[in-house]
Amino acid sequence: MRKISLDKINQLFAEISSKSSLYIPVDTAAGAKFEKYDGTKTMSDALNTVRSAKDFFFPQTENMVDFKVEGKNIEIVEPVNEYEDFVVFGVRACDVKSFEILDRVFLADPVDNFYKNRREHGIIVSMACTKPAETCFCGTFGIDAASPAGDIVCHKTDDTLYLDAKTEKGAQLLDSLNALTEETDSSAVDAQKAKTAEIMKKLPLAGLDASAFGADKTMEFFNAPEWKELSEACLGCGTCTFVCPTCQCYDIKDFSTGHEVKRFRCWDSCMYSDFTRMAHGNIRNSQLERFRQRFMHKLVYYPTNNEGIFGCVGCGRCLAKCPINMNIVKVMKKLGGNK
Amino acid sequence: MQEIKREDLIAKAAQLLADGTVDRVIGWKKGEFDYDVTPAVFTSKEELESEFVWNDFCGANFSKYLRKEADKTESKVMAFLKPCDTYSFNQLLTEHKFDREKVYVVGIPCNGMLDDSKIKERANGISSVSEENGKVVVDTLYDGKITLERAEVLAERCANCKSKKHAAYDELLGEEGEVLDSARFDEVEKLEAMTADERFAFWQNELSRCIRCNACRNICPACTCEKCVFDNPASGVENKAISDSFEEKMFHIIRAFHVAGRCTDCGECSRVCPQNIPLHLLNRKFIKDMNEFYGEYQAGAEVGSRAPIVDFTTEDIEPCDAVERGGENA
Repeated sequence: MRKISLDKINQLFAEISSKSSLYIPVDTAAGAKFEKYDGTKTMSDALNTVRSAKDFFFPQTENMVDFKVEGKNIEIVEPVNEYEDFVVFGVRACDVKSFEILDRVFLADPVDNFYKNRREHGIIVSMACTKPAETCFCGTFGIDAASPAGDIVCHKTDDTLYLDAKTEKGAQLLDSLNALTEETDSSAVDAQKAKTAEIMKKLPLAGLDASAFGADKTMEFFNAPEWKELSEACLGCGTCTFVCPTCQCYDIKDFSTGHEVKRFRCWDSCMYSDFTRMAHGNIRNSQLERFRQRFMHKLVYYPTNNEGIFGCVGCGRCLAKCPINMNIVKVMKKLGGNK
Repeated sequence: MQEIKREDLIAKAAQLLADGTVDRVIGWKKGEFDYDVTPAVFTSKEELESEFVWNDFCGANFSKYLRKEADKTESKVMAFLKPCDTYSFNQLLTEHKFDREKVYVVGIPCNGMLDDSKIKERANGISSVSEENGKVVVDTLYDGKITLERAEVLAERCANCKSKKHAAYDELLGEEGEVLDSARFDEVEKLEAMTADERFAFWQNELSRCIRCNACRNICPACTCEKCVFDNPASGVENKAISDSFEEKMFHIIRAFHVAGRCTDCGECSRVCPQNIPLHLLNRKFIKDMNEFYGEYQAGAEVGSRAPIVDFTTEDIEPCDAVERGGENA
C-alpha cells in the first residue's frame, strides 16, 4: 500500500493526467459530476456523483455507423473503435460493482465491442466511503462501502490518501506514481474500515434484506397484487432508469440528415410507452407492467440469468431522484415482507 | 410547519368515505424517511390512519392524477389541493380533461413546502426532519442536530408563492388566503438583462445537463396529450436521447411554447428535474411576456378563460412591436 499527503493530490492528478485522460468528481451548482482533470479542478468530497459512472463505458448516446449516400452509392463509415486510455478517479463501491453487472451483459456473447473497448482502456480508481447517506443500502447486496473493488482502491483520511493496487492495470499505474507516493502499512486504513463498518450498521436501511428475491422467483412475485398499489402513482418517466448505474437497455435508431444516415444508440427505459416496440406494439401496455418489469429485472430476472447476482447496487440514486418517491426499497419492503 | 393538522385531514377524508360522498381519496403516503412522500390513493380510514402523511414535503400537485382517477371512481374521487394546485385543476377542467362531477376537492391551506435537495446540501445522513420554534431541525448521523432557517430550505416556488387563495374547491379547510404580490419574475428580469450571448450561455449550461428522462413533461399538468409527439415513432421527431447539442434545447423550448398560456406556474417541472435545471424560468418568461403584451393573465384562475394567445382582440400588440422589444439585448 502507498500513501500521499492530500496537499500533494494535485501533483498526483497532474502526473496521471500527463499520461492519459483523468476524470475526477468535482462540485458544481447542480451537484457533483465527473469532469476531465485540467490542472484547475478540485476533487469533490460529495458522497456520490448525480449521474452514475456508467457513462464512461456506456454513454447515453453513441454513434454506431454512418451511411453516406451519393447518387446510387452508399458508403458505410465505421465509427472509430480505438479509444484513448483513461482513468476514472473516485468511483464509489456501488458504482464499481455496477461495472461487474454491466460486464455480464455487454461482455457476454455476442460481445458489445463499443463497451469492451472502453472497459479495456479504462482504469478504475475507487474511493472508500466514510459517510454513507441515509439512502445507501449497498450492504443489502453484499457490497462493502469501506472496501470497494477497482484497479486501485483509495482511502482518504483528513490529511492522507492511501492507494492500494488490486489488479495488474492498477499496479502499473500505481508503480508509475512511486516518485510521489511512499510505502505504508494498512493500520490507518484498517481503522477507517472498522469505523465505517460501525456506521453501516446504523444506517436506516441497514436491515433491508433481499433474500426473498433472487433466481427463479418469477412466479412468486409476477402476479403479486401489490404491484397495483406500488405502480399507482408512477409517472412513466425515465428518471430511475437514467440515474441507475446498472440499467443497461438501449434503443438503436437511424437519424437521417438528408444525405446521410447516422445509426446511433441511446439509453432506453422500460418505463416508457414506446419501449421494445414489436410489430404489434409495446408488449407491456400498462404502466403497472412497465413498472413491474424494471423491478423484476433487478430482483429476479437478472439473478436468474446471472448466478443469483442482483441487478441493484444500492447506490440510492433512485431514492433521491424519483419525482414521486417510489423506489426499489419500497418495492422490496412491500413484496418481500421485511419492514 | 403546516397550520392544518394531519388529524384534521384524516378526519375529513374518513368522513367523506364513510358518508359515501367519495370512494377514493388522493393523498400523500409516508415513505422511508421524513421527506420521501409518495402520492397514493386511500379507500379506508384504517389506511389513512396508518399511512397518510401531511407535512412540509407534500409538494406533489395531485391535479393531473385526476385525469385517470376520475375514471376509476363509482361516486367521486376526493383530492386534497393546495392553493397552487387548484390553478392546475381549473386549467385541466378548461381543457375538459376530466369530469368535474366525478371529483370532490378539499382545499387545504399551505404554508409553503420544503425542498429536500436544499436540506441535503446542508446536512449529511438525515435521520429525521422536524420543526421547532419555526425553524427546521435536521437530525443527522454525523453532525448531530442541525438547525436551519425555513427560508433557506423553502422550495423556490414557495418562496415566490403567487397565491394563498384557492381558485377552486368543494369544501375548504382553514382560512381562505389572498392572491400574493410575488417576486417570481425577478429571476426572469435578471435573464432579460443579460446580453443575448450571456443568456445563450446560461441556457446552454443549464440544458446541457438534460438526460431526456421526460420527468418534467410527465409531471406537467399542462402536458396532457394522449400521445406526446416525442413518444410517437411515426412523428419523425421521436427521440429518447440527445442526438446533438441543439436537440435538447429544442425539446424544452418547444415544450415551453406548447404550454404557453396554459402553464399556471405550478413549478412541478423544476421540482422533479433530476438534474436541477430551472425549467420554470422558461415558462415564467412566457407568462411575463404575455402579461406585458396582452394584460395580466393567470392560467387556471377560473374555468373556461381563454388564454391571450388564442383569443384575438383588436387591442393585441402587433407582432412587429413584440419582435422589437428588448432593444440591444433581444
